[in-house]
Amino acid sequence: MLRVENLTCARGGVPVLAKVSFAVDPGQALILRGPNGVGKTTLLRTLAGLQPAIAGNVSYPEDEGAYASHADGIKTALSVTENLKFWADVHGADLPDDILDTFDLADLRDRMGGTLSAGQKRRLGLARLGVIGRKVLFLDEPTVSLDAFSVKLFADWLQNTHLAAGGVAVIATHIDLGLAAPELDLTPFKAAEDARGGSDEAFL
Amino acid sequence: MIALLLRDLRLAVRAGGGFGLGLAFFLIVVVLVPFGVGPETAVLSRIAPGILWVASLLAALLSLDRIFALDYEDGSLALLATSPLPLEGAAMIKALAHWITTGLPLTLAAPALGFLLSLAPEAYAYLLISLLIGTPALSMIGTFGAALTVGLRRGGLLLSLLVLPLYVPTLIFGAEAVRRGADGLDPNGALMLMAGITAGSFALLPFATAAVLRINLR
Repeated sequence: MLRVENLTCARGGVPVLAKVSFAVDPGQALILRGPNGVGKTTLLRTLAGLQPAIAGNVSYPEDEGAYASHADGIKTALSVTENLKFWADVHGADLPDDILDTFDLADLRDRMGGTLSAGQKRRLGLARLGVIGRKVLFLDEPTVSLDAFSVKLFADWLQNTHLAAGGVAVIATHIDLGLAAPELDLTPFKAAEDARGGSDEAFL
Repeated sequence: MIALLLRDLRLAVRAGGGFGLGLAFFLIVVVLVPFGVGPETAVLSRIAPGILWVASLLAALLSLDRIFALDYEDGSLALLATSPLPLEGAAMIKALAHWITTGLPLTLAAPALGFLLSLAPEAYAYLLISLLIGTPALSMIGTFGAALTVGLRRGGLLLSLLVLPLYVPTLIFGAEAVRRGADGLDPNGALMLMAGITAGSFALLPFATAAVLRINLR
């Protein structure tokens, strides 16, 4: 469903990853590994179409990609339900009845986004993925600031709802999600450092 | 698109949304001018069209940097860019939401404030019409400027410098229309030129705004 061929992507004009190739079948997830700064976020943003690739091909069904990072897009002045409803409306989807329970947000449904804790915000941000109905998910550190219980909630949703329905996920993470998914270490794909002092500069 | 418009309007009227900021600024400027200029009605009524237009332009400028900055900071803009909503449409909706929360209240409040500046009675209709036609252009041009400066911290100064020259034609034709109305001349030429600016900016700038946003999101 997702096919990546010889992808070279850059951050701030400096190539960070070169010749990345992989394919993910429906119902499969792929875990991206690699040390900080290797280009996991850059790769995910390129896959999601937020920045152009320097070379190579990315193919997945059109209008099926969704990107999620640590910036959840949660409005502090909207309630939990209003935040989710907005993203459902933008994607022309209905709000599933069980989504608040799935992410343990039912008790918080009328709380304002600004009054949520970091972990609760994160759960709300992840619940958005369950609302928008996209098949190909690009997740950048989805479990940051989640406790073990919430990580389990999320992994269960990913396995039993998203992947079970034929979805695909590419996940950059440093922890073990408990998914039976292949891992891809990005270190071998690191682009040759150029004369300007390497790729780290672009991250600062 | 309606969802985005409703969300932006809802955010604007809730706590910390900045709704009323422009209106309050407009009110303060217009109330203070007679204190600074003096109470002679002849002088006031001559400068009233210009003051009202300059004040509403600056009031519109005041809230421009909020159009995209907040969405950029919390990540919504990247999520919107990957949503089925075309970015061009989002840009237009953002401008529309800015106009409804800023331009429209300014337009409706202007006649009441014109009274404080002893605006000529014949000019009220033209003040209302010129602001109604002209303020959408201010919002759309401002949205483009906001997109240009979206990634910058404290980009407000740069935003003002970029946008102010683009506001000048609207200001000239707007104030001219009201002045001509006050003098009993035919203001249609100025109004039509201003309508042209508004129509042109809504036709072209959403595309420019979307292109700039895509670059700034990289």
